[in-house]
Amino acid sequence: MDWFLQQLINGLALGAIYALIALGYTMVYGVLRFINFAHSDVLMLGAFSAFYLTPIIVPMLGAQTVWTALAVILLSAAICAVIGMTIEFLAYRPLRKRPRLTVLITAIGVSLFLEFTGQHEKVFGAATKPFPTLLPKRDLIFGALHISSNDLVVLALTAVLLVAMWFIVQRTKIGMAMRAVSYNEQAAALMGVNVNAVISFTFGLGSALAAVAGIFYAMRAPGIEPLMGVQPGLRAFIAAVLGGIGNLPGAALGGIVLGLLETFFGGMPGLSNYRDGIAFALLILILLFRPAGLLGKLQMEKV
Amino acid sequence: MLMKRPLLFSALVLTAAVLGLAGCQKTATDEIAVGEFASLTGKEATFGISSHEGTVLAVEEINAAGGVLGKKFKLLTEDNQSKAGESANAVNKLIAKDGVIAILGEVASSRSLEAAPICQSNKTPQISPSSTNPKVTETGDYIFRVCFIDPFQGTVMANFAKKTLKAQKVAVFTDVKSDYSKGLAKFFKEGFLKAGGQIVAELDYNGGDKDFKGQLTAIKSANPDGVFVPGYYTDAALICIQAKEVGLTVPMFGGDGWESDKLTEIGKEAVEGNYFSTHYSPDAGGEKGKAFVEAYKKRYKGKLPDAMAALGYDSALILADAIQRAGSTDGDKVRAMLAATKDFDAVTGKITINGQRDADKAAVILKVKDGKFAYVETVAP
Repeated sequence: MDWFLQQLINGLALGAIYALIALGYTMVYGVLRFINFAHSDVLMLGAFSAFYLTPIIVPMLGAQTVWTALAVILLSAAICAVIGMTIEFLAYRPLRKRPRLTVLITAIGVSLFLEFTGQHEKVFGAATKPFPTLLPKRDLIFGALHISSNDLVVLALTAVLLVAMWFIVQRTKIGMAMRAVSYNEQAAALMGVNVNAVISFTFGLGSALAAVAGIFYAMRAPGIEPLMGVQPGLRAFIAAVLGGIGNLPGAALGGIVLGLLETFFGGMPGLSNYRDGIAFALLILILLFRPAGLLGKLQMEKV
Repeated sequence: MLMKRPLLFSALVLTAAVLGLAGCQKTATDEIAVGEFASLTGKEATFGISSHEGTVLAVEEINAAGGVLGKKFKLLTEDNQSKAGESANAVNKLIAKDGVIAILGEVASSRSLEAAPICQSNKTPQISPSSTNPKVTETGDYIFRVCFIDPFQGTVMANFAKKTLKAQKVAVFTDVKSDYSKGLAKFFKEGFLKAGGQIVAELDYNGGDKDFKGQLTAIKSANPDGVFVPGYYTDAALICIQAKEVGLTVPMFGGDGWESDKLTEIGKEAVEGNYFSTHYSPDAGGEKGKAFVEAYKKRYKGKLPDAMAALGYDSALILADAIQRAGSTDGDKVRAMLAATKDFDAVTGKITINGQRDADKAAVILKVKDGKFAYVETVAP
């Protein structure tokens, strides 16, 4: 039982991070109908922003305090929001009227550009860098059950962010504009919605979430390098598809399911080598029976 | 340029003798040209530079003591930038153009393997300072190394876990992406079972993974007395951190892949009290070892030598010793003397070259203590 609860917590904390990243994929897909492959590298940039910001902020707010952690997270999120909007403005906007495949290839190009520029010695360098400890660590122990304070923080903050996302999309004016653009871009434009501004906002919001996810990811595994976003990015993309791409609660659910699958199969002696194989085979099965994802609705392609 | 090396050498001697012009050739008659290829830049530069510094120090000391056979060593170094393909170019150039009589290098097994067939076909002895993959010396009878090989390291850690740590039940956590890790794990398991221990859990990860908690929770529920993690330093540091987070507090131990400052930079307090095996420690003692540490610190502004530096140093010493005993720089003769090396008193311990042209020698066990690596014990083969 302890073993089960422990794995449940491990899986939930990992899944929460996937969920945060998956939200960015799914929102961009919602408004633009394309996969922003550079999203996983914005996550990496978020972790590196925090890496470089921490030594600047620590003298002002003290080492390992809640305020330092909050300031680092917020500033990194802001930096990445700007980066995300810049990527959209420079690389995707000029191609908006081109075939979708062109934008998709450009996204892969942007992703590779960020990864390999980051590996250059004069930028970040290819070597793994030690990520600073942002929050003091205290382990909560219930019998044989160990819960790291980091995992609790990740879970709690993710829950808050998910609610905030739901609120922004469902209860605010900009959220309504996002939904309108997602439903029908031309009709929304005719109704006076500034489509470019809405798309920029979507990229900014998604990138800020990716930055937070990157920092959470680095808090659990405090070694960061320019390729760190590739694995979680890929998993989160799959989580978004699993939940039903374009669907916000679906992305969150998909992330949690994927995190749990990976953790439970990873923890089975003899099967740990096949954990990704088994997890992804299950995903294929789910998608065979629910092609639109767990929460997605099947839409007829407009001709 | 495809002249056989002995021919080239006699041609040089002849030219120099007849014309009395020694200066215009790279290899003067009072010098012995020795080639070195190393990763001085690129991603494994820290290993390559350490090894190179050790070799340079050894050559300087040999020359200061009058050289070998009355001639001075001339070290010609080529940088392979840690890149695949560059080592072959470098070694071809050293042998064909510079006419070196032997090649020293490299740290990484993959790059030593690149150079080995070239050295073998040119009948030029190659001595690798620190490539531990068994395949390196299997290339041919001109290829040697001054370090131990992976099977030995696995056995050493098995005996250490059983005898010193008094562990009875051990878990093994292997990086299935790395041949190095799989090899170490295999030999560790064999050795530990033979010593009467029990393997209670075997879990796998992929090098570069960031989340190990699923596997670590499974290891914890098997209640081991220790965990063998034969991976590289970044993964090992993250594994130690996450092990503490799921409440797995038993000692962790690994191989020489752990030896890097990054282990303690990333792992911080989570890696404290853990162990790993390696080739050398400045604290291991021995007259030769102490003299080396002093000389190295003096030469490189107070820097402490690591295992790569010590092995780089030993590779040059063992070559000088073989040439001395051969009484010649002829490739065949030097090769025969290298193969006959027995109980050579080196910095990293007494070296005997065995039938596989690998070094039979002791390993040292280090413990992470206060962010540094402290010497624990020496384990003889």
